[in-house]
Amino acid sequence: MINYRKMIFELSNSERIGYSLPKSKFNEYKIKDLNSTLLRETELLLPEVSELDVLRHFTNISIKNFGVENGFYPLGSCTMKYNPKINEEMANNSAFKSLHPLQPIGTVQGALEVYYNLQKYLSEISGLAEFSLNPYAGAHGELVGLMIIKAYHEGRGDFKRKKIIIPDSAHGTNPASTVVCGMDVIEIKSNKEGRVDLETLKSVLSDEVAGMMLTNPNTLGIFENDICEITKLVHEAGGLMYYDGANLNALLGKVRPGDMGFDVMHINLHKTFSTPHGGGGPGSGPVGVTEELVKYLPNPRIKKFDDQFYIENSGDAIGRISSFYGNYLVSLRAYAYILTLGKENLSKVGPFSTLNANYVSKALKTTYDLPIDGYCMHEVVFNGLINKDNDVKTLDIAKRLLDFGMHAPTIYFPLLFPQAIMIEPTETESKETIDEFINIMHKIAIEAKENPGKLKAAPTKTPIRRTDEVFAAKMMIFSYKDYLDYVNKRG
Amino acid sequence: MFKYFPHTKADVDSMLKTLNIKSIDELYKDIPETVVFNKDYDIPSFMSETELRSHFADLSKKNQELTLFSGLGIYDHYQPAVINAITSRQEFMTSYTPYQPEISQGTLQYIFEYQSMIQTLTGMDVSNASMYDGATSTAEACFMACAVTKRNKILISETLNPNIVNVIKTYLKFKDLTWDFIAEKNGETDFADLENKLDDSIAGVVVQKTNIYGIIEDYQGYSETIKANKSLFIINSDISTLGVLKSPKEDGADIASGECQSLGMPPAFGGPTLGYLATDKAYVRKMPGRICGYTHDLEGRRAFVLTLQAREQHIRRSKANSNICSNQSLMALFVTVYLSLMGKNGLVKVNELSYQGSHYLYDRLLETGKFKDRFNKPFLKEFTLETSIAPETIQTALLQKGIFGGVSLDVFGEKYSGLINFTVTEKRTKKEIDQLVEILEALS
Amino acid sequence: MSKLVEGLYYSKSHEWVKVLQENQVLIGITDFAQSELGDVVFVDLPEAGDSISQEAEFGAVESVKAASDLIAPVSGEILEVNDELVGEPELLNQDPYKNWLLKVELSNPDELDELLSAEAYEEFIK
Repeated sequence: MINYRKMIFELSNSERIGYSLPKSKFNEYKIKDLNSTLLRETELLLPEVSELDVLRHFTNISIKNFGVENGFYPLGSCTMKYNPKINEEMANNSAFKSLHPLQPIGTVQGALEVYYNLQKYLSEISGLAEFSLNPYAGAHGELVGLMIIKAYHEGRGDFKRKKIIIPDSAHGTNPASTVVCGMDVIEIKSNKEGRVDLETLKSVLSDEVAGMMLTNPNTLGIFENDICEITKLVHEAGGLMYYDGANLNALLGKVRPGDMGFDVMHINLHKTFSTPHGGGGPGSGPVGVTEELVKYLPNPRIKKFDDQFYIENSGDAIGRISSFYGNYLVSLRAYAYILTLGKENLSKVGPFSTLNANYVSKALKTTYDLPIDGYCMHEVVFNGLINKDNDVKTLDIAKRLLDFGMHAPTIYFPLLFPQAIMIEPTETESKETIDEFINIMHKIAIEAKENPGKLKAAPTKTPIRRTDEVFAAKMMIFSYKDYLDYVNKRG
Repeated sequence: MFKYFPHTKADVDSMLKTLNIKSIDELYKDIPETVVFNKDYDIPSFMSETELRSHFADLSKKNQELTLFSGLGIYDHYQPAVINAITSRQEFMTSYTPYQPEISQGTLQYIFEYQSMIQTLTGMDVSNASMYDGATSTAEACFMACAVTKRNKILISETLNPNIVNVIKTYLKFKDLTWDFIAEKNGETDFADLENKLDDSIAGVVVQKTNIYGIIEDYQGYSETIKANKSLFIINSDISTLGVLKSPKEDGADIASGECQSLGMPPAFGGPTLGYLATDKAYVRKMPGRICGYTHDLEGRRAFVLTLQAREQHIRRSKANSNICSNQSLMALFVTVYLSLMGKNGLVKVNELSYQGSHYLYDRLLETGKFKDRFNKPFLKEFTLETSIAPETIQTALLQKGIFGGVSLDVFGEKYSGLINFTVTEKRTKKEIDQLVEILEALS
Repeated sequence: MSKLVEGLYYSKSHEWVKVLQENQVLIGITDFAQSELGDVVFVDLPEAGDSISQEAEFGAVESVKAASDLIAPVSGEILEVNDELVGEPELLNQDPYKNWLLKVELSNPDELDELLSAEAYEEFIK
């Protein structure tokens, strides 16, 4: 029921249970025999609910969500493509799910084969030597990649190189990861076509530059045509090139990051390789490197000798960045996806997604402000409406789209355009769906002109309307306990 | 045609016509010739669903599902059937990060309920919406300590699981932060050594509640001493054990971090799991990760929304507390459902049953005369024994009967030579435990 | 239209300085700054007794959608911090000129010459 508003704690009744556990066999042992200084004294505020009520609760809150199977999800840079069900079936196989990561390697050869093969396929797809599947997310992969770059320079005895060049169009994780890795950011302004300006780049290159982070196509969905010149300049200045794989979907079948001159990269398996977003995770951010950098890949590594897979920890590695082998079952899903598509279909992902985005671009540029003309890749960025009369902002357009049963595109990113709307249709959308989206966007543009109030008030057809974010930030109610305190104070 | 690509030839022709181009290749015309990839990927040809299933069946045969008497960070606890039914719902599984709260109340509500449950288990004021795993979460807790105190050094107890230590070291090293170790004394953190090493360079102190040996550490006196030094006290715990053990808050911690895998997640060959991070309200603005807050919509309806986003990378960029973007969100749903089903009584029972099984095993193993307890300290579900039987002998014998246990700690280094780990959860039956003892009894 | 107050000094990072007497000044953020930020939910300020240095960061102002660093327009020692902003950060939106952030004893009064007049600032934010 869309009006369901209870929290699980509000269903609690201390007589109820939702579990069944085996009977106690060894009653002579009791936890309260332990020294009381070790035992908890504070009551636990956990709910007691019967099984069916737990199911109803979560089912009822789930229907207030919007998943890929509900409708169009054109979030730019997120690649919200279909998450295949067969991958779920494979990931639920108990022959993989039940494995303990420390089991003797003779008992996990199948699991290690998946890991090893996936990293090989990713190497082939990206044109790099080897991958580690250990990083848990894209941002984690960025951090690992930057650690590798830093380790590489220090390994050559060069301790001056502490700066990373990042375009102003970059995703926030790029500069954030740089700082977490103990390096400084040199931000360079994009030119008016939204691309890296070669003269600007030259002006910041020095012997203090460790490398450059680039997304290609960039966050505007535009291919950096000068990429070979860019990588050449950075290499000549002694730096390494890092590829942010967030936009890899555009390139499948067409270009490989390694061939463009990149030395290190991460891939977002939850974007390009169809693993589910999970409401914000778990994702996976495998890191790939050139031959020269392989020794720095994080521990543990999965290797193959004869026909046996084994696990290795190396002293040259940057170290450990995960407890074990990363989000393993996420990697497994990506593996299943690559096998399902095969070389024949994987190479069509780039072309179909790029076709879709350009189709949207052409259709909408009559009413939406397209700041950079020309072909885009798999996503297109508009800067709000052409007609800026009624002070209708990108936020209002996004919220109104929700009323039409579609998820909003990415908004206010990249920062280059103040009313940015980033649309990525992905290759799994039909022409009918895309046409419907285009029609709705045109409709909204008309509403913006004739009835802007409707957009300002949107959404009205969703489970809730716009939220009071100031209240949330100021009241800081982060738990049920906080909520009870708030209710008590409020009276 | 391919089942995930809806475009027919007619669709493509129509779209090309609209774009006034002859082929999709024209859209890629500006790509430099030198980098165009004109070949086939050297990967297998596509597999139909039946072929894929068959392939995975073959791979499965190369794995062995074992009866797990092992722990060391990943535990074989009961996973209620309800969890999968809920977490596999596409509304939860395929949806994006809840940046549009109007259509994400499902995700936002479970995050809020998750935060609430971590809050009560740890006793801290506020939990975030999840971190990648217990080890990276603890590493980020160290960063927090450095940010809050403006100091650069962390003291790490030698009794921490080395996997966690190694992750912390990698994180600290690259951020140009330093560390030192607090010595181990008879299986526990050496308090005197801690006191000795505290000085005004120390930002934080990290300990692990049920440590590498499975020993439950007693932190009496720690909090006052650490506070007096103006450092932060970070306690890493397996969250399930906090159902019965003294909470980090009761121990006087400033930050609580650790693993949530025990709460309804399968061992999964190590991942995905989930790291929790909780702290006091005073430090919330230095905490990484997403946070969900309670609010209303403009019609006064109860609502949940991501808040304090100005700490995060997408707003603060190079000044963000951390670079974390995607977290382990769906795994937080595993936790929320698990704890909704178990409730406080179920969680206590899980610990009780595990405690009973492990102590029964412990007594029976000592009775064989082949094992000794070097430490004689309290433990919950996991314990460490000394033996002169070679680790390979133990592994081979157990493996023959489909058991994985008695894991030698020397996988973590020489210093642990001769020590082996046993872990018993509520899933282990008396029959399984007796069988384990029988096998080991016969070894020498 | 952004509100401006005559007689104050302005910085390019959108802080204002009001000379009280002798070498004492009040520092705050401009109307342009608060309107760009949106609803302020938190103000992170140093403590009395700390010192600030011209062009260096001394704190931050946080709204729901952004966080802006506060850049010191002048150098000196902090005499007083406006505690009201702790409980009511929205005061900065209500009246950014009345609700000052810091009271500072200048260490180098010449620095005031480097700041902008109301007119010059108005030009700058155009």
